[in-house]
Amino acid sequence: MPAIRKTAEEAIRLIKPGSTVMVGGFGLSGAPLRLIDALEKAGVRELTVISDNIERQSLGKLVRAGMVKKAIGTYFTTNPDVVEAYYAGKIEVELLPQGTFCEAIRAGGSGIPAFYTPTAAGTDLAKGKEIRYFDGRPYVLERALRGDVSLIRAHKADELGNLVYYKTARNFNPLMAMASDWVIAEVDEIVPAGSLDPEAIVTPHVFVDILVTE
Amino acid sequence: MNRKERIRHIIAKRAARELRDGDVVNLGIGIPTLVSDYIPPGVTVHFHTENGMLEVGPTPPPDRADPQLINASRQPISELPGASYFDSGLSFAIMRGGHLDATVIGALQVSQKGDLASWAIPGKPILGVGGAMDLVVGAKRVIVATTHQTKDGQPKILPECTYPLTAREEVDVLVTEHAVFRFEKGKMILVEIGDHLTLEDLKSITPAEYEIHPHLKVVNRWEGLE
Repeated sequence: MPAIRKTAEEAIRLIKPGSTVMVGGFGLSGAPLRLIDALEKAGVRELTVISDNIERQSLGKLVRAGMVKKAIGTYFTTNPDVVEAYYAGKIEVELLPQGTFCEAIRAGGSGIPAFYTPTAAGTDLAKGKEIRYFDGRPYVLERALRGDVSLIRAHKADELGNLVYYKTARNFNPLMAMASDWVIAEVDEIVPAGSLDPEAIVTPHVFVDILVTE
Repeated sequence: MNRKERIRHIIAKRAARELRDGDVVNLGIGIPTLVSDYIPPGVTVHFHTENGMLEVGPTPPPDRADPQLINASRQPISELPGASYFDSGLSFAIMRGGHLDATVIGALQVSQKGDLASWAIPGKPILGVGGAMDLVVGAKRVIVATTHQTKDGQPKILPECTYPLTAREEVDVLVTEHAVFRFEKGKMILVEIGDHLTLEDLKSITPAEYEIHPHLKVVNRWEGLE
């Protein structure tokens, strides 16, 4: 079904207390800042967020507001608020190597429940995880990740919800578009169907439910 | 440039000589970011950044910086002819799939077996490893560029790492301001030493066990440093 248009405030009503929310962005590049601001205003609590990082000016706002119960990502050290909340026992943190994080989301969107990767074998991040040898090399069994709602950021959408991205703002967004029950894309512009080059579309509209623009 | 800064540049310059014409290379944070300034003449290297780009160009002037075009250190970068963008999943497939010729990466500790510790110090609040584990496991050649000792003069090149590991037995080359070591078949081999110190001096600051290559090179890399 083609994507429908909503305001950020309407769209984030899909997020309920206790929801798992995937959020795109590497630093502030490609982060859906309007959706995050709307979510902060809505004050929904007990959230699990799946995001590479938690920048102060984006998802960090939800952590400061006490809305986040658990964070799954790869590198949260850059935000002292997260470090402090973690050591104070206010949030749970699950850390993955960044490539494993990507692959877990890709698998989650592709109907693959788990996969083996050589990354982290023999390190602390593999503790408690199954190890299996293939051709003499150790691999770690990692589970796929899925969300209830993905908040992503793209450059342009067409009316159907096909997406193109802008430079390194692409990052985790196309992966997260595949891996949640509902996908909300914040875009700079919505253009008529047929005006994006079909060869250039990165995320086909089948993955996108709701479009939010200014 | 002060003495400490000179040392960082000397390490980066030597590490850059490990790169070969045509290599696709990912540079880590710290000293490795300086490597791009020292690519030898006649060598063309193609830089990859883990947040989804090939053919990374130099830092743009401030008025041309684009907040949506950044490297893994979140610094503004530019686009060279032939650049491509891709999602983070594909970017890490480039690493894990063995399509990256080399990475130059920093270190907290390196063991004589080629284990690397680069992301966490026990007792310090560190939440996460980022992309370092995938990078070191996946790149065809892992070139570690680091100071020989810590700021407090503690050894970094050890029989066993005492800090949490990034990966086991993945380091191929270790470049410091004093020496270059290679790792082959589980052995650490000294291949190059600065002429500012003796083999005994080096041994005294290097607790790891290593062999000395029969064609050990003695080089002057510290000219003007002291």
